[in-house]
Amino acid sequence: MQLRENAMRIVFMLAACFSIVAVFFICFYLFINGLPAIAEIGPLNFLGGMEWRPNNDIYGIFPMIIGSIYVTAGAIVVGVPIGILTAIYMAYFCPKKLYKIIKPAVELLAGIPSIVYGFFGLVVIVPLIQDAFHTSGNTVLAASILLGIMILPTIVSVSEASLQAVPDSYYEGSLALGATHERSVFFVCLKAAKSGVLAGVILGVGRAIGETMAVIMVAGNQAVMPGSLLSGVRTMTANIVLEMSYATGLHREALIATAVVLFVFIMIINLSFSALKRKEAKS
Amino acid sequence: MNEVKLSIQDVNLYYGDFHALHGISMDIKANEITSFIGPSGCGKSTLLKSINRMNDLVEGCKITGKFLLDGQDVYKDIEVNTLRKRVGMVFQKPNPFPMSVYDNIAYGPRTHGVKRKADLDRIVEEALRDAAIWDELKDRLGKSALGLSGGQQQRLCIARALAVKPEVLLMDEPTSALDPISTGKIEELTLKLKKDYTIVIVTHNMQQAMRISDKTAFFLLGDLIEYGSTEMMFSTPKEKKTEDYITGRFG
Repeated sequence: MQLRENAMRIVFMLAACFSIVAVFFICFYLFINGLPAIAEIGPLNFLGGMEWRPNNDIYGIFPMIIGSIYVTAGAIVVGVPIGILTAIYMAYFCPKKLYKIIKPAVELLAGIPSIVYGFFGLVVIVPLIQDAFHTSGNTVLAASILLGIMILPTIVSVSEASLQAVPDSYYEGSLALGATHERSVFFVCLKAAKSGVLAGVILGVGRAIGETMAVIMVAGNQAVMPGSLLSGVRTMTANIVLEMSYATGLHREALIATAVVLFVFIMIINLSFSALKRKEAKS
Repeated sequence: MNEVKLSIQDVNLYYGDFHALHGISMDIKANEITSFIGPSGCGKSTLLKSINRMNDLVEGCKITGKFLLDGQDVYKDIEVNTLRKRVGMVFQKPNPFPMSVYDNIAYGPRTHGVKRKADLDRIVEEALRDAAIWDELKDRLGKSALGLSGGQQQRLCIARALAVKPEVLLMDEPTSALDPISTGKIEELTLKLKKDYTIVIVTHNMQQAMRISDKTAFFLLGDLIEYGSTEMMFSTPKEKKTEDYITGRFG
């Protein structure tokens, strides 16, 4: 009996260690391969450089950093309000029958492969923008809308779960003071679920900034600073994927270094998230 | 003699097929403390929650008969949010909102349209003073209410209820989750509050009913068995069932 328990404990521990080891190795190899390139190009030239011309050995990824930030910000503008309102609707307003339809629909949205989203963007969103503005449809706007839709399921399901977890006693306490259903939901329940909702948003941001396939199909991918919502844009992820297959030498290393920058972005997002949670727990 | 504040007339309540209250009629007087006692499941909390229509939240709950607040039917003549402003409630488990002490108290007045900071400040202080917790909390108005002790939380909830200036205060076993010292403070507070409010309190604790209430109503399995002055009920109960209950023979 004792032996079996110990054996099981080791199995659990190995399983738990696996993901830690994986993160460690990814981190290690990424930095080993990427940092020398940054050193060679020069951190300022690499991160702040406005031009990306591998043929001339000029590797500035500033336009791609800005590109990633733009489309992610756009996705937040599109996805966060819709996502949060959907979660509130599902948790507090939705008739049971409708809930049985919305819930699986949102789950399905989460399961759609990103290439399928990209295809949808290409045949629906891009032509719509083309017709509306008489420009190329492959733009920041198209990528933002598409990413906004893609982060919806994350935001909706995480926010809804945290709203469902708000104790009924808060809601009842608010009603008992003469507040309406709407006021109770928005000013008490949503406030109580704030950290969970924020967690959903941050997870969504992480997904948006890391998304590759769908973005490539609708964003235009020009390696220049996007001037407006209707310019083409290349994100860091797109930069890597588009050129990795034929890049060699410093070019290849510069692409890996782009991945390092992306990784740092994701780490910043995760750290700010956990810092926020700690602050929440303290207060 | 105090006037009748709340008149309950032949009330029947059903949860689906279950007949939870059987033809309850009673008058509750202004500026008195009326306690509802009885074993679990006797319907006392159910009746209490029907007064401010919190039972509306329960699916399949159907009520016949009348609740008259100053002669107005609470299910017909008064808009439900106005009713709940006039009839405040304190719950069994302290349920402060996850906000600061100040925002907890200001929530009610803000709900009902008070916007000016000076007015809110005054209401918050008054409410906390009325709930006898101002001295303990005046230096931590900006701190989260969830960090308070259980007893403080419950007095905060009382203050929160008082901040909207109700006429009636319903208390649903307000001390059952508290220690004896906190319970004592709440009882003392309740006695002080009856000068300005009509109070109905549900309690499991018969000593508590004896200590603080003017009138007591004894419920059993959905029937109102006996209702009258607390003193009389605990010294010379009219009904055998009441006597059995208060002498601890069941329940």
